[in-house]
Amino acid sequence: MFGYYLDLALRSLKRNPALTVLMVMAIGFGVAASMITYSVFRAVSGNPIPDKSAQLFMPQIDAWGPQQNDKGEPAEALTYVDAMALLRAHAAKRQTLLYLVQLSAMPGGSRELPLGLNGYAVTSDFFPMFDVPFRYGNGWGAQGDEARASDVVISAELNRKLFAGAYSVGRTLDLGGHDYRVVGVAGHWNPQPRFYDLFSTSGFADEPDFYMVFNRALDLQMRPGGRNSCRGALTFTTWEEYTQSNCVWVTPWVELNTPDEVARYRGFLTHYAADQQHAGRFSWAPNVRLRDVTQWMDYEHVVPPESRISLAVALGFFLICLVNTIGLLLAKFMRRAGEIGVRRALGASRREIYTQYLIEAGTVGLAGGVLGLLLTALGVAGVGILFQPHIAKLARLDFSLVGLTLAVAIVATVLAAFYPTWRAARVQPAWQLKSS
Amino acid sequence: MNLQIRPILAALRRHKAGTVLIALQIALTLAIVCNALFIIHARLANLSEASGVDEANVFVIQNQWAAERPTSEVDAQVRADLLALRQLPGVRDATPATGYPLKGGGWDNFVTLTPDQVQPTTDAAVYTGDEHFIDTLGLKLVAGRNFRPDEVMVMGTGQAITPPTVIVSKALADKLFPAGDALGKSFYAMGATPSTIIGIVDTLHRQGVDPWSNSHAGQSLIWPARSADARGVYYIVRAKPGQLAAAMREAPKALLAQSRLRIFDPKDGIQDYATIRHKVYDGDRGMAILMAIICVVLLAITGAGIVGLTSFWVSQRRRQIGVRRALGARKRDILAYFLTENFLISGCGAVVGVVLAYAFNLWTVSHFELDRMSAIYVVIGVIVLLLLGQAATFAPARRASRVPPVEATRSV
Repeated sequence: MFGYYLDLALRSLKRNPALTVLMVMAIGFGVAASMITYSVFRAVSGNPIPDKSAQLFMPQIDAWGPQQNDKGEPAEALTYVDAMALLRAHAAKRQTLLYLVQLSAMPGGSRELPLGLNGYAVTSDFFPMFDVPFRYGNGWGAQGDEARASDVVISAELNRKLFAGAYSVGRTLDLGGHDYRVVGVAGHWNPQPRFYDLFSTSGFADEPDFYMVFNRALDLQMRPGGRNSCRGALTFTTWEEYTQSNCVWVTPWVELNTPDEVARYRGFLTHYAADQQHAGRFSWAPNVRLRDVTQWMDYEHVVPPESRISLAVALGFFLICLVNTIGLLLAKFMRRAGEIGVRRALGASRREIYTQYLIEAGTVGLAGGVLGLLLTALGVAGVGILFQPHIAKLARLDFSLVGLTLAVAIVATVLAAFYPTWRAARVQPAWQLKSS
Repeated sequence: MNLQIRPILAALRRHKAGTVLIALQIALTLAIVCNALFIIHARLANLSEASGVDEANVFVIQNQWAAERPTSEVDAQVRADLLALRQLPGVRDATPATGYPLKGGGWDNFVTLTPDQVQPTTDAAVYTGDEHFIDTLGLKLVAGRNFRPDEVMVMGTGQAITPPTVIVSKALADKLFPAGDALGKSFYAMGATPSTIIGIVDTLHRQGVDPWSNSHAGQSLIWPARSADARGVYYIVRAKPGQLAAAMREAPKALLAQSRLRIFDPKDGIQDYATIRHKVYDGDRGMAILMAIICVVLLAITGAGIVGLTSFWVSQRRRQIGVRRALGARKRDILAYFLTENFLISGCGAVVGVVLAYAFNLWTVSHFELDRMSAIYVVIGVIVLLLLGQAATFAPARRASRVPPVEATRSV
C-alpha cells in the first residue's frame, strides 16, 4: 500500500506545482535557518571536557570587598597573594594556577625573524587535570615546579614550525632570550570553549603554542599577557609591588572527585578568607565561590548573546513556516474533499485516509529536508559572514547535523499534517456525494 | 463604500481553521519582524559610530618585542622607531600607544572626583601617547592645549603611573563637570595623585564596543606617557592623504631596519582603520545580515502562504460569488469583500502579534541586557504586515471578482 500511496502523493503534488514548491521552500528555509544557527549554538555551548566537567572547580576569593567587587560577586581571577596561598595549602588532590603569557621564539635555523608565541604559565597538575594529550614526552612533574625549571611543553603546531615535527623532547629552545628544555609535545588540544581561561579569553581562541613552569614565569617577572583587573588607587612600579597589589590575574583550578571533597574544599576556602579577615587583610566576611566547569561557563556567559538570539529567531521562523505549511496542506487536502468522499464511500477506512495523507505530507517533508540540507550546507559554508570568525569556524556540517536536518524536516512536516489530515478523514462521504 | 463586515464574519465562522492559521502566521511574523528590525537598526547604528580618528589615513602597527630589555633600552628603541617612522615620506605623524579606538577592548579605569571616593563617578577608556597623539589620530582639540614634550612620562613594564596632566574627550568632560568648566579641573583615575585636565578633544571612541560600556560611550582620557613596556607597543601612524598603502608598506621595513628583534603578527600586526572597524563590528554586521535575510524570507513565505489560502477560499466559494454577482454585486464589491476579510483577519493577527513582539523583546531585555524596543518598530511592523496581507490577497480577490454571474446556475 505504501508504494501506491507514494504514487498518489507524487501525482497530487504534481497537480499543484506552485503550492508544492511553496510548501517545500517553507520547510526548507525554516529547517535551514534553524540548523545553521543551531550548528553555531551547538559549537559554542558544548561541554569542552565532558568526562571531568563535574570534577573541575574554579575557586574564587573576594579580595576587593563589598564596596569594590562586582555586585557582591568575587573577582573572576585571584590576586597573586591568594593564588600562592591556595597553591601552598594544597587542599585538593590536584590543583593548578595559570595565566596567559607571551614569548617569542628567537631567530635560528632558516628563520630570520623572531616568532611571536602565546602560551600559559601553569603548574604541573595542569596536564593530568585537563587530560592534555601528548604526542611526545610528557608534562613536567611536581619536582619541575619545585625546581622552578626552564621546562616547556610545546604544541604540535609549534613543534612542526621549529623542529619540522620531529621528536624534540630534550631539545633546547630560545624563548625571549632564555633557554628552555622541551619536555613534551602536546597533541592537538584546544578545548572550545576554553573553559580554563575565561578570564583572558572569550572562550574561543587559537591553540596555545606552549606551556611553561608557573614558578619560572614568576622568576622572570613575566607580566600577564592577558587580562589584569584592579581596584582602588594603583601605585605599583616594581614586580614586588605588583604582586602585593589587589590586581587579579591568576586563574586557579582544583580537581575534586566527591561531594565530600567539594564540601571540604569549600570549607577550606571560607576558612582561608576568615583567616585573612582576622589578620586584617580583608575587612569583610568571607565571600568565596567554588563553581564547576559548567557553572563557571554559565557565569561567564560563554555563549554569545548573538548565538542565542539568532537561534530563538530562527526557531520562530521555522514555527511560522510550519503554520504556513499547515494552512497550505489544509487547503490542498480539503480541495480534494470530493475525492475523499468517493474513497470513503467505496469502503476506505479513516485509517487509510490518514495513511495516504500523512505519506503525502512526509514526501513534502523529505523534499523540504533535502532543500534544507542544501541551504544548511550553503549557510554553514558562509557562516563567516554572520558570526565572528573565531566562532564561525566552529560551525560544521557533520553527519549528525545532516541526520538532524532531515529528521526535523520530516517529523515537523508530518506533525504539521496531523490537523489537515484529521479534517480530511472527517469528510462525510454522503455529504460529498450529494453535493457533487 | 458599504463594508460588509457582518456577512464576512458569518462566512469566517465556517472557515475557523484557515482564519486562525492566517491570523497566527501574521502574529508570529509580526513578532519576529519587529524584533528583527529593532536588532538590525541597533546593530547598524553601532556600525556607523564615529571614532574621532581620521580613519582614511591612519593605521596601527602592533609591535611585539622579541627579547626582554630594561626600560631605558626599550624607551630608547621606541624613540628611535618613532623618529624613523616620522621621517618616512608618506607619513604625516606617528605616536606610541597602549591601545587605540575600536581595538575591541583594552585599558579602562574607574574615575573619581576625590581620592577617597568609593563609588566611581564613571569609567573611562585610557589611552597613552606623546605630544603627537592628537595629530596622529586626527582628533579635534576643542578646548585647552596639547601636551608639551616635557610632560610626556616614560611608562615601564606594568608600571602604574599617574601623569599630572590629562586630555579628555568631551563626553568624559561633560560627564565629570556638567557645568562645562572641565578645563583646569582635576580628577582621579585609579591613581593616588590627581590629573588636571589641560585639553578637551571632541570625539574619541572607546577601545571596546561591548554593550556593557554603552553607558560610558565616548568617555576616554589620554595620558601623556610613552610606553616602554618590555612586551610591546602599538605604533599609531597617520599617512599623508592618498599615501596610506605606501606608508603601510614602508613602515615595517623602516622599523626592521632599526632592529630585527621585533614581531609583527602576520594576521593583525599591521592594520588600517577600515580593517579595524570591519573586525570590531563583525558580530554586529553578521547579526544585521542574518536578521535581514530572515525578515525578507519570512515576509515572502507569509505572503505566499496567504496567497495560497485565499486562492483556496476563492475556488471553494465560486458558486456563492456567482450568486452574489447574479444578485447585483459589482466586481469591486467582490474585490472589497476579500480585501476586507483579509484586513479583519490580519488585524486580529496583528493584535496578537504586538503582544508576542513585546514578549520576545522582554525576553531579550531580561536575558541579554538589550534595550527596550521602541513602539516605532511595532508600528512599522504592523503597517508592513497589513500591506503584505492586502497585497497577497489582491490577486486571488481579483480572480474572484471575475467569476461570471452565470456560475450561480452551474452544478447541482
